[in-house]
Amino acid sequence: MNAKSLFAALVFLPFAAAAAEQTFDFKDPKGVNHASFKLDAPLEAISGNASGVSGKLTIDTEKPEATKGSIVIDAKSLNVENAMMKEHMQGPDWLDVAKNPTITFTVTGLSDYKKDGDTATANVKGKFSLKGVEKEISVPAKVTLLKGKLGARTGGKMEGDLLVIRSEFTIKRSEYGVNPKAPTDKVSEEVVISLAIAGACPK
Amino acid sequence: MKFRKIIRWLAAAGFGAVAVWWLAAGRNPGWTKTQVAVEKIEEITGIPEVVYEDRFVPGVDILGVAGTTALVLMGLTLLGKRRGQSPEQA
Repeated sequence: MNAKSLFAALVFLPFAAAAAEQTFDFKDPKGVNHASFKLDAPLEAISGNASGVSGKLTIDTEKPEATKGSIVIDAKSLNVENAMMKEHMQGPDWLDVAKNPTITFTVTGLSDYKKDGDTATANVKGKFSLKGVEKEISVPAKVTLLKGKLGARTGGKMEGDLLVIRSEFTIKRSEYGVNPKAPTDKVSEEVVISLAIAGACPK
Repeated sequence: MKFRKIIRWLAAAGFGAVAVWWLAAGRNPGWTKTQVAVEKIEEITGIPEVVYEDRFVPGVDILGVAGTTALVLMGLTLLGKRRGQSPEQA
C-alpha cells in the first residue's frame, strides 16, 4: 500500500463505519407501534395494549453486539376492553401509572445474533424497568430491516429505512411489585409481553 | 296472590330479556366490554394496528347478575307465601 492509498483509507474508514451505524426513532406518528400484555385468568385472559411507544435504537449492522438505546412505553396509554379493569390496572395496586408513568427497556447488548438477508434474530440483553423496579433481562427478538420503505409509510414525506422489531417475553408480576397480593389462581403470576414496533431512520 | 305472580313473571321476563340481549350481542363468554380492540395489519411493516372502538358488549357478569336478581325475586315471593299461610292452611 502506497502513502496515497494509506491516507485515503485513514480518511474514509471512519465514514464507512459511520454509514453502517443507523439510529432508528420509534416514536410513531401513525400510532401503529404497540406493546401488548396478557395474563391468564379463570374466566378469560386479561389482555391489553399500549400505543404510546417511543425511544431510539442505534444499530450497526457490521457490529450488532454494540446496539444501544431504549424503548419507552407510556404507561398511561395502556388500554383494556373494560373501563373498570383499566382503572384498576392503572391504579396504585397494579401499575400505579401516576407515580410510574413509563415502562422502559434499555438495551445493553446482543447475543446469539443470526442474520438471514434483511432479517436477524438475537437475544437482547437489557434493563427492564416496570413500576419503579429495574431488572436485567434477556429477551428474544426478530429484527427486519426494510430498506427505503420509510417513504412508502409516510406517503413520500420522508425517505429512509424502517426497522421492524418483534419480541415476546414473560415476566413475573410479583418481581416488579405489580399487585403481588392478588391470588395467582385468580390472575396468573406470569405476564406475557409482546412488542411489535417499527422505527424510522430518515436519510 | 296476583301480585306474587306478577313479580315472578317480571323476574322471568327480565332475565329472558337480558339473556336475549346477551345472545344478540355476540354471546360474549367473558367479562363485559366497554371498548372492543380491532386489529388491522399495516401493509408496509406487517405490524397489527390495534384500535379501540367504543362499544358495549355484555358479558357473563351481566347475565349472572340478571339471573341472581330473578332468583332472589322469585324466592322472595315464595317466602311471602309461606309467611302469609295460616296454621289451618298449613
